[in-house]
Amino acid sequence: MAERVQKQKSNSERVAEEVVSSEASSQQGEKLKAELDDLLDEIDDVLESNAEDFVKSYIQKGGE
Amino acid sequence: MAIVKVSGIETEYGILARGTESNPVLASSLLINAYIEANSPDVEHDVPAWNFDDEQPDIDARGFSLESAMPPEVEMHLVNAVLTNGARYYVDHAHPEISTPECANAWETLIYDCAGEEIIRQSMAAVNRTLPSGVEMLLYKNNSDGKGNSYGCHENFLVARDVPFGRIVSQITPHFVTRQVFAGAGKVGSEMLGVSAEQVPFQMSQRADFFEEEVGLETTLKRPIVNTRDEPHCDPQKYRRLHVIVGDANMSQVATFLKVGTTSLILSLIEDDVLGADLTLAHPVSAIRQVSYDPTLKQTLLMANGSRMTAMEIQWALFQKSVNYVKSVGFDSVGGEIIGQRILDLWEEVLTGLDHDPESVADMVDWIAKKRIVDGMQSRHGLSHGDSRLKAIDLQYHDMRAEKCLATRAGLRTLVESAHVERAILHAPDTTRAYFRGQCLERWPDQVVSANWDCLVLDVGRGPLRRVPMMEPLRGTKDLVGQICSESQTLLELLDRLGAEK
Repeated sequence: MAERVQKQKSNSERVAEEVVSSEASSQQGEKLKAELDDLLDEIDDVLESNAEDFVKSYIQKGGE
Repeated sequence: MAIVKVSGIETEYGILARGTESNPVLASSLLINAYIEANSPDVEHDVPAWNFDDEQPDIDARGFSLESAMPPEVEMHLVNAVLTNGARYYVDHAHPEISTPECANAWETLIYDCAGEEIIRQSMAAVNRTLPSGVEMLLYKNNSDGKGNSYGCHENFLVARDVPFGRIVSQITPHFVTRQVFAGAGKVGSEMLGVSAEQVPFQMSQRADFFEEEVGLETTLKRPIVNTRDEPHCDPQKYRRLHVIVGDANMSQVATFLKVGTTSLILSLIEDDVLGADLTLAHPVSAIRQVSYDPTLKQTLLMANGSRMTAMEIQWALFQKSVNYVKSVGFDSVGGEIIGQRILDLWEEVLTGLDHDPESVADMVDWIAKKRIVDGMQSRHGLSHGDSRLKAIDLQYHDMRAEKCLATRAGLRTLVESAHVERAILHAPDTTRAYFRGQCLERWPDQVVSANWDCLVLDVGRGPLRRVPMMEPLRGTKDLVGQICSESQTLLELLDRLGAEK
């Protein structure tokens, strides 16, 4: 019983937690976006220079 | 009580010889020979050959054979080697293919799949040193060329022979249709006739476009979701080898581990007949594409009982049944508690993430990691669906060159320590009969005349050749023969002592 009482939180506590978690997720979102930008910069650098020729030349025989 | 799900993965790699007219069969042979020569430069003997005596890929698990079905042919004239780690490295059709050795669980299978990637990288480096300047060989761990040609990544699982095959077919199918939510490797566009890039700009699976039947023997035409090849490579009275052709080759270690781990679990439930038939799909073949074409994960599938479920709901139901199963039966069939619990934990984590926000599992799931890059590049450069640059990203995600591979830049989670992969490149697992095969090949390579999964032919130096059958996948392990192997000075002594032990 004591455990359940402890787990109950007041409304204000809950709101505060939600604010913190939404701030955290927006920070997380910013961080992910920045990471993706860095990743795309890197990919722009390593991507095959002539994509069309590369894709055309990639012909395989069926296997298995 | 389900038997241990001994497992393995066979991967056909895409191969491209740049700067020359390429014949893929020759290119694959050069690649494999370059690896073998680089790893045994001083050896005067012939590399042990694969023994085809027991290969019968046309035997159908359903107990009959279809006149019109085209059984796969075994190509005996092509390069075919067995490695000291117990793996088979060979030319299959027009691709280099690596079969991992038999592994005792999904974790080991993951390690040997990673070792296979390293072997491919080393082969690529070795062959490119021998090629004239301007000519280069490139390898891709994917399953399609984007032009309607597909090649496979097959899993194998040991199943008890007394489980009715019909039960395996009907009950594993819902998993094979829906596990792509975490195991799909992703693909830009569709290779189905009449499906445009606007209709399907991106799909979950490399392979879903190529499946036309629910069950059958074929692997190259009219591919079935459940393959019936009945070639156990072990005691056929006791075992089946379920040959799974429906999966994608994964770059993500989590995906490889989960693909094999969850399938091992579900097969255990089927073997113990506790899975039930309530997840049977009405139309599995159309459902596998429906799931693949729906990255929102929201579409429902028609079930045989007339209800509708999403792929995620089916996966959660399979997960819950597995949790209930291990509570009463334990994890013995899937590698013990640590590995089994890890399968469940990662399965739950990935499903939770997919439900909550698919981007959150971009470090676990190939199709999401790939889609994130494709979508990002599309919006950054204002590209239309079907742009070659998006298809190039798709291919390059699977590039085996470290300096070009996009998967290794995508932030995928690493599960396996590199030291374990390094060991697995050269040494067989301790836990299956691959150990004995590997010991013979490491210590007496010039006396191994030929090898295959279930036997070795050895030249002990006098008398006739000795044939050592290995019909039990869990015998010949380090626990059982390690001491005798290490104490024996010669192969003859080893065989004599093994004979005396029997």
